[in-house]
Amino acid sequence: MKVKEIARLLDARIVCGQERADYSIDVAFASDLMSDVLTLKNDNVLLITGLANMQTIRTAEMSDIQCVVFARNKRVTPEMIDLAEDNDLVVLECRYSVFKTCGLLYEAGVEPIF
Amino acid sequence: MAERMQFEYNVDGGNFTRAGFASSEIKKILKKLNVDIGIVKRTVVATYEGEVNIVAHAYSGTIYVDIDTERIRINLKDEGPGIPDIDQAMEEGYSTASSQVREMGFGAGMGLPNMKKNADEMHITSEVDKGTEVEIVMFLNNKE
Repeated sequence: MKVKEIARLLDARIVCGQERADYSIDVAFASDLMSDVLTLKNDNVLLITGLANMQTIRTAEMSDIQCVVFARNKRVTPEMIDLAEDNDLVVLECRYSVFKTCGLLYEAGVEPIF
Repeated sequence: MAERMQFEYNVDGGNFTRAGFASSEIKKILKKLNVDIGIVKRTVVATYEGEVNIVAHAYSGTIYVDIDTERIRINLKDEGPGIPDIDQAMEEGYSTASSQVREMGFGAGMGLPNMKKNADEMHITSEVDKGTEVEIVMFLNNKE
């Protein structure tokens, strides 16, 4: 599923990487614990999180995650956007809860990792 | 590439904004050297976990990177409280991290075990009230 379709589905705002919204995502993982994200071996993972800080972006960078959805109306700082831009990430802000975000994506056919 | 390359990066204890800077630089170097992407990912995930450990627990530290045609050797050395019981620290779920570290999305007692899972070799030595040294080795020629 393309990131721009995900943005539409979640009524989310693309705050970084609009020009990369054609990325295709197969699987998703939701966590506020970055240590768990760092154990993933998959590629092209969509990360859904409510943890908005620099380490979320760093974790995505190290894990080769290309798209992060910040749920629960969490706001991304300009510093986070700069770092995300450096790493070619697409970042979305979404007002839905993590649960609703995951539910909508699952229903639309995005696969879980486990 | 040159036969051997060496780099070092300073890491400040407590500076969460900058945590990951060194690992990010190392990732760029490894990608530039055309290291296999699977090895790059395992190396930077292990290094990043180690870098976060220095920021979370130590006063200061240095990450030494040594790359030759056979292997990548990364040595994370810190000045800090040290680890009294390394076997316990290696258990998944054991953590002494502060609430500040947990708020950053870490501190669940998974860092050292995840470093070990990603590295081909890992050596850890520590002295209480002095500091900790973790070395990870990644072999470049025998892909898993």
